[in-house]
Amino acid sequence: MKKLLTALLFAPLLAFASGAELHLDKAPVSSEPAALQNGAKLFVNYCLNCHGASYMRYNRLQQIGLSEQMIKDNLMFTADKIGEPMRIAMQRDEAKQWFGAAPPDLTVVARSRASEFGSGADWLYTYLRGFYRDSERPTGWNNVIFENVGMPHVLYELQGEQLAKVSEKDDGHGGKIKEIHLEQGKPGKMSKDEYDKATADLVSYLVWMGEPMAETRKTIGAFVIAFLGLLFVLSYLLKKNFWKDIH
Amino acid sequence: MTTKAQAVMDWIDARFPLTSTYKAHLSEYYAPKNFNFWYFFGSLALLVLVLQIVTGIFLVMHYKPDASLNASGVPVAFASVEYIMRDVPGGWIIRYLHSTGASAFFVVVYLHMFRGILYGSYRKPRELIWIFGTLIFLALMAEAFMGYLLPWGQMSFWGAQVIVNLFSAIPVIGPDLSVVIRGDFVVSDATLNRFFSFHVIAVPLVLIGLVAAHIVALHEVGSNNPDGVEIKKKKGADGHPLDGIPFHPYYTVKDIVGVVGFLIVFSFIVFFAPEGGGYFLEYNNFIPADPLKTPPHIAPVWYFTPFYSLLRAMVWPLFGLDAKFWGVVAMGGGVVIIAFLPWLDRSPAKSIRYRGPIFKTLLTIFIIGFAILGFLGTKPPSYAFFGVIPGAPVAQLFSLYYFLFFLTMPVWSKIDKCKPVPDRVTG
Repeated sequence: MKKLLTALLFAPLLAFASGAELHLDKAPVSSEPAALQNGAKLFVNYCLNCHGASYMRYNRLQQIGLSEQMIKDNLMFTADKIGEPMRIAMQRDEAKQWFGAAPPDLTVVARSRASEFGSGADWLYTYLRGFYRDSERPTGWNNVIFENVGMPHVLYELQGEQLAKVSEKDDGHGGKIKEIHLEQGKPGKMSKDEYDKATADLVSYLVWMGEPMAETRKTIGAFVIAFLGLLFVLSYLLKKNFWKDIH
Repeated sequence: MTTKAQAVMDWIDARFPLTSTYKAHLSEYYAPKNFNFWYFFGSLALLVLVLQIVTGIFLVMHYKPDASLNASGVPVAFASVEYIMRDVPGGWIIRYLHSTGASAFFVVVYLHMFRGILYGSYRKPRELIWIFGTLIFLALMAEAFMGYLLPWGQMSFWGAQVIVNLFSAIPVIGPDLSVVIRGDFVVSDATLNRFFSFHVIAVPLVLIGLVAAHIVALHEVGSNNPDGVEIKKKKGADGHPLDGIPFHPYYTVKDIVGVVGFLIVFSFIVFFAPEGGGYFLEYNNFIPADPLKTPPHIAPVWYFTPFYSLLRAMVWPLFGLDAKFWGVVAMGGGVVIIAFLPWLDRSPAKSIRYRGPIFKTLLTIFIIGFAILGFLGTKPPSYAFFGVIPGAPVAQLFSLYYFLFFLTMPVWSKIDKCKPVPDRVTG
């Protein structure tokens, strides 16, 4: 009984202690071919050196409006045949030594990063725009929503440097919440808006790659539901006819 | 029937009871004429069972139960699921049908069980039907649990790890038992392969056998109905129940309506929200299993969460045994106690239509409590409603209520003020 009372007493505190909230920016996900193609270009150039997408075959890029030749000429750096998956040459055990953890496969990352705080796209969009300079990290970079991330800011040349202003706020329960505000330091090749657009395209591509059949699925679904709706009416009329003399 | 067709039928009937079986179970099986909405879920459960078996057959053609890493460092089992989702023509739809079907199975079965409680379908002479039903529910839980390991994602792995570890809490035999279940000291390739074998062969065989027994027992005593009266007590001159109608064609055509209605809802999920908001396909399960990385929060799939809450509610060691052991007892007991309903319920009326206010009130609280237990089971134990009302004591309160509802039933069901039950069904 005493233990129960103790448990009751401490339960509210525990509840707050676990309430680590993630504030994610809403990702403007697009399914436009131009956005997806730009995203694919960014993905292949910046991500597909350390991260593989080993369930994604190059020829599937035709689905976003690219021809086989365009894929071969512009996007296929690590494969010989168009039907091959997007693999990388980096060895996993070496990668582990360099980064502390082998970079994960990104094929379904947009699906795995979803949470109660937002979609996987929101997480990725916030993450890719959330790198800042941190001299205490071996890579020189840290991230707002992924503390002490092993990945350096590979889009640095596009975004430039962000600097963090860390302030501590009272959380109202005797604890402190660390708040990070980002400020633009050394500029990159892109303006803030251009960079936001580029990451949005990249995220759109990752969402598409996570489930390339998603659009087809919805199209088929609409037909299925329409058919079933019709069948429902017919089956109801059939039932009514059979049952007309049951009282 | 033409004479030739009749001759063929006669030939078969002399060797196999085809016509008599057809009559006994369909064309001359008399079911009460007053079935309502709640009576769809039996046939729907059968539909989902068939759906799971058929889609499962096709999934097994491409799935590989192999926990070793492929050239890209991804477990083969995990990669084979993505292979089905991407490279197998139509694979994604088969897989989504199967994964959504698992959740649909539990939705349908929970509603089917609720119907039984509403109308006293477990009461004499249907005790065996109810016991077979509870066994089906148990087998279904085993089937779902083992199936969930197969995609070899983070939740697959850690969920299995947590649940199998529970068995180690059993005194004396526990630690060895958990090793036998896993086939290893941790969840590993050995576990994956034996779960695969159980999931695709052993448990489905048991399930089909139990379902057959469930239906044969039902057709022996006849169906209950929303009024809870025995239609066999009032028979017409032809020997058929006055309130009964042949299952075929009346209930076959009616069940078709139910099937189509169900498929509409089901298709909405399969085609427009196959992840079910993270409840049908958990987000973490899109990350390959990593034995070295424990997820911050491990939650079972939604259909286990009410019972998972019962397990977590036990936080006190008793009689020198671990709290974990009593948690396992609570979880197991929570399922098994359902089987005893036929003997716990002493009410003179079967159906809620004629039962008194005590039953209606306690049942309402029971259902709300069960839903809250389910909700809390998806959350970490530290969860608080609106950030202020701690979830853990609420779960403990409703866990206690869950058992008290059953255990005190012999008392309150007897004293409850029931209305007189009519002789015939009321339509």
